[in-house]
Amino acid sequence: MMVLPKSLGTIAIGLAALLSVLSFSAQAAERGEDLYKNYCWQCHGMNADGMGVNIPDMSVQPRDHTDTKKMKARTDEELYKAIKDGGQAIDKSILMPAWGEVLSEEDIQNLVRYLRELCRC
Amino acid sequence: MLKANMRKFAVCFLASAALGSGTLSYADSGEKILADRCVECHELTSPGPASLADLWAQKGPNFSYAGNKYKQEWIEDWLLKPTRIRPAGMFYGNHIKPGEAEDVIDASTLATHPSLQPDEAKAVASALMSYKAKSELLKPGAYKPGKISLSSGEMLFIKFRGCSSCHLIEPGYGGVSGPEVYTAAKRLQEDYMVSFMQDPQAWSPFSFMPKRHLKDKDLQKFVHYFRALAEEDFQ
Repeated sequence: MMVLPKSLGTIAIGLAALLSVLSFSAQAAERGEDLYKNYCWQCHGMNADGMGVNIPDMSVQPRDHTDTKKMKARTDEELYKAIKDGGQAIDKSILMPAWGEVLSEEDIQNLVRYLRELCRC
Repeated sequence: MLKANMRKFAVCFLASAALGSGTLSYADSGEKILADRCVECHELTSPGPASLADLWAQKGPNFSYAGNKYKQEWIEDWLLKPTRIRPAGMFYGNHIKPGEAEDVIDASTLATHPSLQPDEAKAVASALMSYKAKSELLKPGAYKPGKISLSSGEMLFIKFRGCSSCHLIEPGYGGVSGPEVYTAAKRLQEDYMVSFMQDPQAWSPFSFMPKRHLKDKDLQKFVHYFRALAEEDFQ
């Protein structure tokens, strides 16, 4: 009789912990999506395919974030660096500005995670 | 001569009597128009959006610091015949749709700004000059008038800094998510432009304009460039 409630209690605590982790990651994913819409859509496009509303007169086409092959070739650290310090920091275009002064560390991490969802990689 | 002076005195006396007897001054009637007709789309007191959702809900520019931002004579003129300054609206994300190639502006979602009568425009422009939130961000005299050629300005704005990705430098050339810059120097006070480019998010929280580490020398050159563009008088 004493054992059952104890194991039930453990299960309940475990479930609560799991739910809180899930809800935290759901919030982080939503945050990443919102940040992407605000800052990235303008060039990378609302479908994340590099076809943003600003591109007709741009000299370099923005990265297609749904391109699994090309995105897979980038590490999380590189993606983080490109967002924080701009395209030049990873030897890419100056047209990708540095967002490190605008976004918090946590928000940049949220964006990196969201990019991984977009590229399914 | 004496007659003329007498006439001037009489006009002044009558004008002050009219104000004293309840006729609203320009600034006061401007306040009334702002409260009655502008406040639905323009924030007058809060200094800026508190979240991304608030930013996306903004229908027009924040006026709490209008007196630190705009040139009064430009507001007055613009209100008579408003034109679109941000090609994709306040938040571009609300006004685009996927196109055949790239995303395109969905013009059906953009509202037109009502025009005002000349006396109303003058009154609103006058009233807005007293809206001075965020004065601490301004350094009076930060901009020191100077010149730059259009080609040098373009080199800096387009090639070195990539700003034309988001801003039109002339009708039909450049990006559309930000406001056009070819009218910037007509619209905006020079010291404000210097301060805004230094720290866009301090003026407009969550702004999707990047904050660059621009040296004062470059900030000055950008404003010289905007002034040169304004002289081109693109319509």
